[in-house]
Amino acid sequence: MSQAVSMNSNAQGGSRRRFTVGIFLLAEAAALLLLLIGTGGMVSTFVLASKRAGVDIAAPDLVIPTWASILAVAIFVGLAGVWQLIKGFKRYTNAVLITMISLGILLFLIWAARDNSLNLTGMLVSSVISATPIALAALSGIYSERSGVVNIGIEGMILLGAFLSVVVASVTHSLIIGFLTGILAGMLLGALHAVLSIRYRINQIISGTGIIILALGITNYFYRAFLNPNPALNNSGPILASLPIPLLWRIPVIGPILFNQSPVIYIMFLLILFTHFFYNYSKWGLRIRAVGENPKAADTLGINVFRLRYISVLISGGIAGFAGAYMSIGQIGFFQESMSAGKGFLGLAAMIFGNWNPGGAFLGSLIFGFFDSWQNKLSILQVGIPSEFLAMAPYIATMVVLAGFVGRSRMPAADGTPYKKGEA
Amino acid sequence: MSKISAKPTQTNPQEVQGHSFWQRLFVRKGVSEGVLLPILAVFTALVIGAFIIAFSDLETLAAWGNFFNNPLMALGTTFVTIWDAYTAMFIGAFGDPGEIFRQLGIWIKTGESKQLLAAIRPVSESLMLSVPYILAGLGVAVGFQCNLFNIGAEGQLYIGGLATAFVGYAVHGLPWYIHAPLAILAGAVAAGIWGFIPGILKARFGAHEVINTIMMNYIAYRLMDYLLNGPMKSGGTPATPQVLPTAILATIFPSPVRIHWGFFIALGMAVVVYWLLWKTPFGMELRMVGTNAKAARYAGIPVQKTMVLALIISAILCGLAGSIHLLGVDHRMMTSFSPGYGFDAIALALLGNSHPLGVVLSSLLFAFLRGGASRMQVVAGTPVEIIRIIQGMVIVFVAAPEIIRGLYHLRSSRREKKSAAPSASKS
Amino acid sequence: MSLLMELRGITKSFPGVLANDHIDLILNEREILAILGENGAGKTTLMNILYGLYSPDAGEIFIRGSKVNIHNPRDAIRLGIGMVHQHFMLVPVFTVTENVMLGVESTNGAGILDRKSVSKQIADISGRFGLKVEPDSMVEDLSVGVQQRVEIIKVLYREADILIFDEPTAVLTPQEAEEFFKVVHSLVDQGKSVIFITHKLKEVLEIADRITVFRNGKVVGTTTPAESTEASLASMMVGREVILTVDKKPSSPGDVVLDVADLHVMDDRHLEAVKGVNFQVRAGEILGIAGVQGNGQKELVEAMTGLRSCTVGKVTLLGKDISRASPRTIRETGSAHVPEDRRCDGLVLPFPIKDNLVLNTYYEPPFSRGFNLNGDEIIKTAEQRVKEFDIRTPSVFLPASTLSGGNQQKVIVAREFSRPIKLLIASQPTRGLDVGSIEYIHGQIVKKRDEGCAVLLVSPELDEIISLSDRIAVMFGGKILDITPAKEATKEGLGLLMAGIRSNVQTETA
Repeated sequence: MSQAVSMNSNAQGGSRRRFTVGIFLLAEAAALLLLLIGTGGMVSTFVLASKRAGVDIAAPDLVIPTWASILAVAIFVGLAGVWQLIKGFKRYTNAVLITMISLGILLFLIWAARDNSLNLTGMLVSSVISATPIALAALSGIYSERSGVVNIGIEGMILLGAFLSVVVASVTHSLIIGFLTGILAGMLLGALHAVLSIRYRINQIISGTGIIILALGITNYFYRAFLNPNPALNNSGPILASLPIPLLWRIPVIGPILFNQSPVIYIMFLLILFTHFFYNYSKWGLRIRAVGENPKAADTLGINVFRLRYISVLISGGIAGFAGAYMSIGQIGFFQESMSAGKGFLGLAAMIFGNWNPGGAFLGSLIFGFFDSWQNKLSILQVGIPSEFLAMAPYIATMVVLAGFVGRSRMPAADGTPYKKGEA
Repeated sequence: MSKISAKPTQTNPQEVQGHSFWQRLFVRKGVSEGVLLPILAVFTALVIGAFIIAFSDLETLAAWGNFFNNPLMALGTTFVTIWDAYTAMFIGAFGDPGEIFRQLGIWIKTGESKQLLAAIRPVSESLMLSVPYILAGLGVAVGFQCNLFNIGAEGQLYIGGLATAFVGYAVHGLPWYIHAPLAILAGAVAAGIWGFIPGILKARFGAHEVINTIMMNYIAYRLMDYLLNGPMKSGGTPATPQVLPTAILATIFPSPVRIHWGFFIALGMAVVVYWLLWKTPFGMELRMVGTNAKAARYAGIPVQKTMVLALIISAILCGLAGSIHLLGVDHRMMTSFSPGYGFDAIALALLGNSHPLGVVLSSLLFAFLRGGASRMQVVAGTPVEIIRIIQGMVIVFVAAPEIIRGLYHLRSSRREKKSAAPSASKS
Repeated sequence: MSLLMELRGITKSFPGVLANDHIDLILNEREILAILGENGAGKTTLMNILYGLYSPDAGEIFIRGSKVNIHNPRDAIRLGIGMVHQHFMLVPVFTVTENVMLGVESTNGAGILDRKSVSKQIADISGRFGLKVEPDSMVEDLSVGVQQRVEIIKVLYREADILIFDEPTAVLTPQEAEEFFKVVHSLVDQGKSVIFITHKLKEVLEIADRITVFRNGKVVGTTTPAESTEASLASMMVGREVILTVDKKPSSPGDVVLDVADLHVMDDRHLEAVKGVNFQVRAGEILGIAGVQGNGQKELVEAMTGLRSCTVGKVTLLGKDISRASPRTIRETGSAHVPEDRRCDGLVLPFPIKDNLVLNTYYEPPFSRGFNLNGDEIIKTAEQRVKEFDIRTPSVFLPASTLSGGNQQKVIVAREFSRPIKLLIASQPTRGLDVGSIEYIHGQIVKKRDEGCAVLLVSPELDEIISLSDRIAVMFGGKILDITPAKEATKEGLGLLMAGIRSNVQTETA
């Protein structure tokens, strides 16, 4: 959805960008150096052991001398900045940038854990958990936008999925039926968005916004009308337990993060792999991509543009509904007003970050998930920064990503443009 | 000069030359659409809303469960439920007409005004609510005119309110004619910054303003959480101290009627926005950029600068919604300050076709709906969120007029309609 | 030659326009049929019907004697009809192979795309018909000529027998066009039949076996090259005597108005599009820049109108350095620009005609004073200009989208010419216009020249350049290869230059 209106070719011109990135790296180095204050002689301990399913998975603690490591990395980042200003990393600029930013975040953690200990494994585990709804939202976005339909209404589809899945699960006492309901709910709103965008060709952003408002209204209304007076309808019972994968879950550090999570998270990973495969190696994936890039060309080759777009948007809605069901019955077991909390939008940002590819989108979701979870961990540590500011991190990160700071992204060429048959 | 042309000129014989605003309003979209469409959209939404209200009432549902035994009961209960809800809404919005006339008579005879004030309170409440709607709606509309989607109205509203509240309670010793304007100015500046950031990101980096303004919303909420639980906290709840009396916008009538002078400021801003958009060169540039940014560039218009300015103006207006509502009604900032004025404003701007007059009318409509909805919740037990459902439907109907046209078998306008908000395609 | 395809009574109308009026058409086997007509005459509509993109209101189509119904492109493809559109139907981010197999993909057992076997088949077709392509290259990296080959391969891959080409040489140099005609002959030799749509008279005489002329949605007549001349075809197309050259007196150039020195400009992909260009334009002369689209002309014009900055070099207008100036400043210095895409760049179509007529002067008095926009003044001026330039519209309040192409261009001309200008930059000023409008615009340009204005004309239409220009420059690969006086230029010589082949003539240092 990054629409470049600026036709001034210098806006992202080579030398200008090199300069900006270089200055940024130097600034980061300087900021990191600030962290040195008062950390002399301290050590930061990263606890890597974890306890899952009642079993201790031992791992050595990572003890890092705070002052020395901050200085070392800060100098490293500074040198990178200087190199960037002088020569520039050219093709590797993005990779370098991401690495340096990651190092900076790592350093911030080291500083936060000064004279204290921080359960790093635990943090990563909760990062993946936080990332999951965002990743699912990103996948939802990908399915829709690859076919050329912008879907801002993911937030609303998540909400409706969350709501209906709880109600049905509470009544039927079956989580599976609840999840299916969530998917159907998302598809329902997806169908509405599809009809409005494809058949009536209305502005897709308006359609998406309308869907969010509708979903907010419907869920909050019926929550107050039915769920408040009947709490039994808002209690879907025990949430999905984590499903440890035999053997693998005992691997230190990686085990708890990847192999002992909710089944939904496994489904998410599978979905990511499937999506990548689908779009790059299958016949229908090729056709959908064509519809998203040049619908007129696809039309002249006998491909049914409208049908493929409808299907894509329905799938998009279904995944979003699934994400909503995960957030309600999969994670807490009940529904709260406005519980989607912006995950839909973060998902869209992750999608853009990942250049509309599932792998990249997952990476983006992980980063956002990390920022989401660090607020909890870091406030326990009493870092000294008010937790509200930490909570702003995912949103600021999103804006930075969207500014193309992490490289130019390439959206499907026909994204957002309604298709009219017979247009010359 | 040869005048033969191979292609017939395609002009629409229906078009009329008209200079006046009203003629142009109708001609541009056809009478069947210019005014009729929004009215039908709202009407249809209300009808659907009625059904939702009816069938979320447990009594009605029970009666329908018993339909075959006692069909009249089912229909009757449905009717009563809807009637109760909507009359409650009407009285909540306008007040009881009978009561008003009676009190009017009493006041004329005896000069006793207290009961009269109580009777007209509902109307005044609704008008009071329309103030933030008008301002925020104008803000979103200005954005739309430049093809910019300012979904950040809610956040800008809060930021404006926070800044205004701060100047309002922290600055002492100023007379009212300096204090109040200063507080409002602070709100405008703060909100302007909130709009500047997404604006510059869009203009320079092409980052879509929809997500960025939404992100700024969340950042604003967090900032507000911090300030209201921390440095600005006063008393037990997360809220600022009361602003000083010198910063307050006075009410027009005595208590309990709460309508304040900010109402006229809002109307004034509508006139200002109209003048800005259609009577100044900048306004022409703004609209041009919103319609065809490429041609605007070719015409020499600084497109980036215009976009940033448009978002700043949009944000300032939304910020003013917060500032003025705060100075006129709540007199302090708290977390529950806005029941979603910013999001409602989006629907408003669409319904009003991004035109100041349309926005004012839509704002009044929504304000009355909301005023009524609170009473509906209290008296008839209908959750106030029905308003949001109605809004969502209104958005859908206005954006896709074919639905309404099909529903009511309206003759379609022959001309290409200029849609309420511009297209999402590349400009 | 046996009858292959027959169209009887095909009629198609759109709101307000009767595009095809009872068309009868015959195509024989192994023949090259040219369909000639002006823009808007209905040729493309008819071909779209044949290809299943539109359905006719009335009429029948027969192939090899049996009636057929073509409801969509799939039907057409099945019947052996293939179409190469004027604007290519390719997905830029796909490879050649992916573009070719889209819609008829081969998959192996597991449902996975089989790119390899398709690549092999492409190589096969490529060899048979002389269409060299690299199957794994990305289409967006290919030149226009190669992209056209991909389109042809697409059609042949689907085993078409009837190939329809819509304005195939619009984007080719004269030499590439020759290559293309060779391919067409090769196709016919191997049993295919070809229809090609064009408005270029010379081509039609060169390559067609038969010529069917369209005018205003009707078939005006069918003839052969032996029986026609350019002039006779032109009259059939337009319905009256057409003067094919512009009447103009010789120029008397004055002082240098525009001076371009060593100009380097980057394109949107950060590659150099203009690689060191030098030329001057004097008052009272028309300098025409010829060249196939895509050789840097767009970026050159944008650099001279302030829409794109140059990396190196200097552009001077009337002695003032405008290399880094904004479009507005350049305009105020006395330059006017007729852009190449009038609908997207030159007009704001949903805005009323009156606003479009002051699109770049609304901020100056008398239209504005400070913050005040004077609506009445705008209306008055608009009505004046409509009269003066004979713009056909019942009201200046209507949106510009209601105007025909020719009238839209007149609005732009009216707007630009109503100021005292010293330099006129016209990019493809007559693109997509009917002959009448073309005559009008050409006349206006010459008139400006005679008034002492310097004119820079950029156009891929060689005929237009030759008939209007006093001096002709040829642009290829971002450089100006040569500048010659129009009297000394030959079409062949210019064609060679347009393909990048320098002649032995010394480059005139302007």
